[in-house]
Amino acid sequence: MNAIAKLSRRNFIVGSTATIGGLSLGFCVPFAEAAGNLPPEVNAWVVVRPDDTIVIRIARSEMGQGSLTGLAQLVAEELECDWSKVTTEYPSPGQNLARNEVWGDFTTTGSRAIRRSHEYVRQGGAAAREMLIAAAAEQWGVPARECRAANSVITHQPSGRTTTYGKVADAAARQTPPSEVKLKDPKDWNIAGQPLHRLDTADKLTGKQKYGIDLVQPGMLNAAIRACPVFGGKLARFDAAAVQTMPGVRKVLQVDETAVAVVADTWWRAKTALDALPITWDEGSNTGVSSASIAELLAEGLESDERVFVGTSIGDARGVIAKGGKVITATYAFPYQNHATMEPMNATALWTPERCDVWAPTQSGGLSLQVAAEAAGLPIEQCDVHKVHLGGGFGRRGGFQDFVRQAVTIAKQMPGTPIKLIWSREEDMLHGFYHPTTQCKLTGVLDEAGSLTGFHMRISGQSILTSAAPQRLRDDGSDPLVFQGLANGGDEYALGYTIQNLLIDHAMRNPPVPPGFWRGVNLNQNALYLECFMDELAHAAGQDPLAFRRKLMVDHPKHLAVLEAVAERIGWNSTPPQGVHRGLAQIMGFGSYVAAAAEVSVSDGQLRIHRIVAATDPGHVVNPAQIERQVEGSFVYGLSACLYGECTVKGGRMEQENFNTYNVMRMADMPRVETIVMPSGGFWGGVGEPTIAVAAPAVLNAVFAATGKRIRRIPLANQDLGSV
Amino acid sequence: MARITVNGIPHDVDVEPETPLLWVLREQLGLTGTKYGCGVAECGACTVHVDGAATRSCVLPISAVEPGQNVTTVEGLSSDGNHPVQKAWLALDVPQCGYCQAGMIMAAAALIAQNKAPTDADIDAEITNICRCGTYNRVRAAIKRAVEQA
Ligand code: FES
Ligand code: FES
Repeated sequence: MNAIAKLSRRNFIVGSTATIGGLSLGFCVPFAEAAGNLPPEVNAWVVVRPDDTIVIRIARSEMGQGSLTGLAQLVAEELECDWSKVTTEYPSPGQNLARNEVWGDFTTTGSRAIRRSHEYVRQGGAAAREMLIAAAAEQWGVPARECRAANSVITHQPSGRTTTYGKVADAAARQTPPSEVKLKDPKDWNIAGQPLHRLDTADKLTGKQKYGIDLVQPGMLNAAIRACPVFGGKLARFDAAAVQTMPGVRKVLQVDETAVAVVADTWWRAKTALDALPITWDEGSNTGVSSASIAELLAEGLESDERVFVGTSIGDARGVIAKGGKVITATYAFPYQNHATMEPMNATALWTPERCDVWAPTQSGGLSLQVAAEAAGLPIEQCDVHKVHLGGGFGRRGGFQDFVRQAVTIAKQMPGTPIKLIWSREEDMLHGFYHPTTQCKLTGVLDEAGSLTGFHMRISGQSILTSAAPQRLRDDGSDPLVFQGLANGGDEYALGYTIQNLLIDHAMRNPPVPPGFWRGVNLNQNALYLECFMDELAHAAGQDPLAFRRKLMVDHPKHLAVLEAVAERIGWNSTPPQGVHRGLAQIMGFGSYVAAAAEVSVSDGQLRIHRIVAATDPGHVVNPAQIERQVEGSFVYGLSACLYGECTVKGGRMEQENFNTYNVMRMADMPRVETIVMPSGGFWGGVGEPTIAVAAPAVLNAVFAATGKRIRRIPLANQDLGSV
Repeated sequence: MARITVNGIPHDVDVEPETPLLWVLREQLGLTGTKYGCGVAECGACTVHVDGAATRSCVLPISAVEPGQNVTTVEGLSSDGNHPVQKAWLALDVPQCGYCQAGMIMAAAALIAQNKAPTDADIDAEITNICRCGTYNRVRAAIKRAVEQA
């Protein structure tokens, strides 16, 4: 143990596990570890090894949300295999393309990993089971219908003969896939629906789990990058000679119009040289843009008739409001947020004139492949993307593949050399696709009985789709995402209140800051506006906030059920402990119904969140333990924004560059979270995102109960809770 | 050239003296379990033990580490993932994406080595690592479990 260890790079080369499955399919994948003699797959979803190990292929990305385990549970449920022998692997987007998209969509955004693929992955498991049974039956010369499978064992029922999946896997692979399979009723599930342990925990405890940032390839060099910090600005020039002789530096290069990179033997040396590199920016036309100018633009939209799109319109809200009565009005605002995944953006690329391979932590393997091929200037068939575990995604690594494009663009300037591009945290904070800023003016009219007769919700602010995915805009140019949680019916984002005269509209105002899909997307802003204002209305009507909502929710039993559940669990009708105050919120998003109830206290201006009860009805539940984790985790994300998060703009760029100025929730801020999972069946809703939206309004309503102070703009850190 | 002792093994590394320990571990020694999250001692993803004390390695220049000091990384915390903290983490499935977890585990292991019965307030004060996936409540529960089972 005392000898000086001689380490060469080769000692710690890692093979991407994502590539191993590819070898059995005859793909040429450089750097993959020796594949051994992988048995043929039973079908695209299932490989069975002779020792009965089951390899389940997972198309969606694992970024912490647990759907790798959940999807494997669904396949295993139908496969009737021994769960203790299940492992997983990612097929690559290139293999998917070559096999006619046999694994469907790889995209892992919008809380869709399970709800958008449960059916075909279960069918994949069921088909494999049928083929394994058919192979055994054929060997025994008995009818397949006399055989049953359980726990990876096939039994011929009349004779009691048994065999295992591993023994018949080869023969099963040669069976014709069944043309039809019948899926189990979820009430008969044994593996799915259970709070099973995650499949991917052990390696995360010892340093063994490799993330994109950890990859090492033979002969690899590292790149550090800097793009013009001003949005829309460009790279004017840089003085490569000034850093060319610094230790380890191999190349200083222009990446594209906006960015420069230093390539060195280690990333630390690349970054050190980049910090020393004299760079001149052409800052462009946005240097006058600031948080104040953006707020002004949005405030104008609150009162304007220009570029206004109607989301929901019922009756005559404007007319009823104009007639007067008890009219309540309030204006709310939500600032820009950064995803700030713990693992900064990164990608590794190897380019040759014939082929391009990329290793990337990505939420969207298919899009990564497209972007890689474009940047590589090669036909897509000559490119592939090997997915690696993500150190957080939250929407940043899905629709935006800037890190892949940059890595390939750099690698293309150094043919034959693998290049690992890593962003610094500062780069990550300055070049996000930000949770967009919106403002909202809400107006409600109460009749003499205190009932809400008219309601107008005017949202003003940035559309994500206009810049991020214009093809998803509606024909009139409106952005449906802006109205998440506020729709008149539907199975994704239905408003939970019936209001006779209702108008929800959006004044589209797009500042020159790139917006993106941030966990929860527009549901966050909308739930905060709607649910805090409902609280305002209830107080104006002199009614209990739960009772006030109940009257409007008669026709929305699923919305109401989750709300009642959290109210009951928090003890809404009982007196809270001395100094503790409560707040409620509910919304529907990503196909699920969610609600939260919070208990807080405020003393000497200090907020303490003691406890949050959450309820979610996602229709069906694949792993209740994962759902609890997702709910807790989403609260941390949502409350970080509520308490601390704000990216402010000055001189056309973001001011916050690291966690010292973009603070997030830590252990000491964390409340106790109790999660009620209450699947009502009949639909498949998402889990990763919806609950995030109800944490902040529940807390803010509790803050009002505690202080009498309405917080209408977050983060709370900017507000003085003591001056009441 | 600097000499450091990591997980009981001395190494000679050829780096500039101001190179942070984090990048020596990751890039010279291939110990990638220790993560980069901020580089400014804010997030704790880079936490290792230097002579048993939890230390944020992203701001510790290699020149400040004495050859006689023992640096422990998550790879060297136990022989087989069997440190009480790792066992508690496994039992409770603490990690989500896992990226922050090596830092969390090292911070937690240092805490319970010094404080056999940490209170919630002790945990709040000592575990200031950032987890964007929001594993805090499970981290807290696992620390308590590790103490009980240690
Ligand atoms: S990387 Fe060292 S504290 Fe964040
Ligand atoms: S588990 Fe993902 S950042 Fe902590």
